[in-house]
Amino acid sequence: MGMTITEKILAAHAGKESVQPGELVNVRVDLALGNDITAPVAIREFEKIGVDRVYDRDRVVLVPDHFVPNKDIKSAEQAKSMREFARKHCLTNYFEVGRMGIEHCLLPEQGLVGPGDLVIGADSHTCTYGGLGAFSTGVGSTDLAAAMALGETWLKVPESIKFIYHGEMPEWVTGKDLILYTIGKIGVDGALYMAMEFTGPAVEKMSVDGRLTMANMAVEAGAKNGIAAPDQITRAYVEGRAKRPYTFYSSDPDALYAQIHEFDVSKMEPAVAMPHLPENVKPVSQVAGVTIDQAVIGSCTNGRMDDLREAARVLKGHKVNGNVRLLIIPGTQEIYRQAMREGLFEIFLDSGAAISTPTCGPCLGGHMGILAKGERSIATTNRNFVGRMGHPGSEVYLSSPSVAAASAILGRIGAPWEVK
Amino acid sequence: MELKGATWKFGNDVDTDAIIPARYLNTSDPRELAAHCMEDADPQFPQKVKAGDIIVAGKNFGCGSSREHAPIAIKEAGVSCVIAKTFARIFYRNAFNIGLPIFESPEAAEAIAEGDQVAVDVEAGIIRNITRNEEYRATQVPPFMQRIIAAGGLINYVSERMKGNGRV
Repeated sequence: MGMTITEKILAAHAGKESVQPGELVNVRVDLALGNDITAPVAIREFEKIGVDRVYDRDRVVLVPDHFVPNKDIKSAEQAKSMREFARKHCLTNYFEVGRMGIEHCLLPEQGLVGPGDLVIGADSHTCTYGGLGAFSTGVGSTDLAAAMALGETWLKVPESIKFIYHGEMPEWVTGKDLILYTIGKIGVDGALYMAMEFTGPAVEKMSVDGRLTMANMAVEAGAKNGIAAPDQITRAYVEGRAKRPYTFYSSDPDALYAQIHEFDVSKMEPAVAMPHLPENVKPVSQVAGVTIDQAVIGSCTNGRMDDLREAARVLKGHKVNGNVRLLIIPGTQEIYRQAMREGLFEIFLDSGAAISTPTCGPCLGGHMGILAKGERSIATTNRNFVGRMGHPGSEVYLSSPSVAAASAILGRIGAPWEVK
Repeated sequence: MELKGATWKFGNDVDTDAIIPARYLNTSDPRELAAHCMEDADPQFPQKVKAGDIIVAGKNFGCGSSREHAPIAIKEAGVSCVIAKTFARIFYRNAFNIGLPIFESPEAAEAIAEGDQVAVDVEAGIIRNITRNEEYRATQVPPFMQRIIAAGGLINYVSERMKGNGRV
């Protein structure tokens, strides 16, 4: 019987010929990741184990990105504990402010993850790397601590759901819209404990940035991982970046799936997820008219070059509405520099947007754009739970960068083609 | 072991931002986290909850972020266990790893009303509703996870394993 790409990667890392859904396997971890919220707890637990070193100083990656540049004294203490741990253990991959990025934008860019890898991270959006054809999944701090010591972790082999996206993507429709419609269809627990495999002509033509966005939000459907088979587009991205050898896996034609869902993307329009769950998805034209106070373009979901270019295309020659604050947050220092070189900053600044150093900041209601009671934001982020971006009485609408940019200009939720 | 307490009911898809909002994640001190436990779902919860109380919820409890601060806040607030129709996967792992007992039981989640007195036989996975004189069954915990529980959490389990390998 054939195996899915997810099963093949798990089997390879378990040292087995094959694995089956439901089987518990002990797997080798290619990379273990933590951030300034989760790593301090992991470090505390790691120290209880009683080992004097991490399993491999090149493979434990620590990225301060959530509350940095330090937003207050307590955050500064957390970031400090992580920095001290990185120094003590001579970690190769600790990324300081000014040389960092939002972890899930940074690791692919730096070639620290590649196709066929098995990555765990104490951050739920670790599933992003499936966009490169890796198996990656979020865990908690204690699981991270154990992996930092052992270089392995246990996983239950998930059942897979296959998503086939047929057709040509219309203008302004992106990977973000595909994943939002998918979550809207199956619900926030529609893929609970399962693997989401993204396939079909629309995905095969999609850039790596778009695939990373899709895999990023797999956790929003409850999935263990999201994954797209690597191809020539992936190869072009990883060549020259990858710091380790990589392996291309793909699903066998006779692999078994728990479910198969098919979409025709050719009739889609950009999507918006309304408060307070990512499954509350509607086409943008059905949400148009909802006034906003803030628009956020950035995050591990949509903070990459494709996203900034798309935003700039809409913003060029336009002004942000007088009632709106537009915040643009490039995902990494490299993306920041590239956007500046391409002249995107000129467009953003002319429009009246604020540009921030890379940070998760407002996405999780940390800092850099917190909402007051009754305020509403459109955001290219990944969650719109109650209180996610600030006061429990505020609201977040999720969208692609072009819709967020158009809404910032219009002062209300709207589509890019409404900007005249 | 038996866990016994009064129940607090919550709905479906209780996310980790509701369990412990990110605005409090600039610390990992369990006491501080417990002071804001479930705050965005019920602002009075940290004041109302008593030691031993049990949270009962619908499907997909603990969805969203990987923050272990969520089960830590619940445990430190004195909650003895969580019963839900289903749990989000990272929360499920985290709860076992830090030693917060959780039980998956659609039947119990449906039948229990807020305030009911409930007793849970941890080993047998049997949930007894004392108020209504009913009994429900929880989904069996996989044997591997039972070993983690028996060792007193994942860190003890790993520590013992590494001692065996002579690495500690």
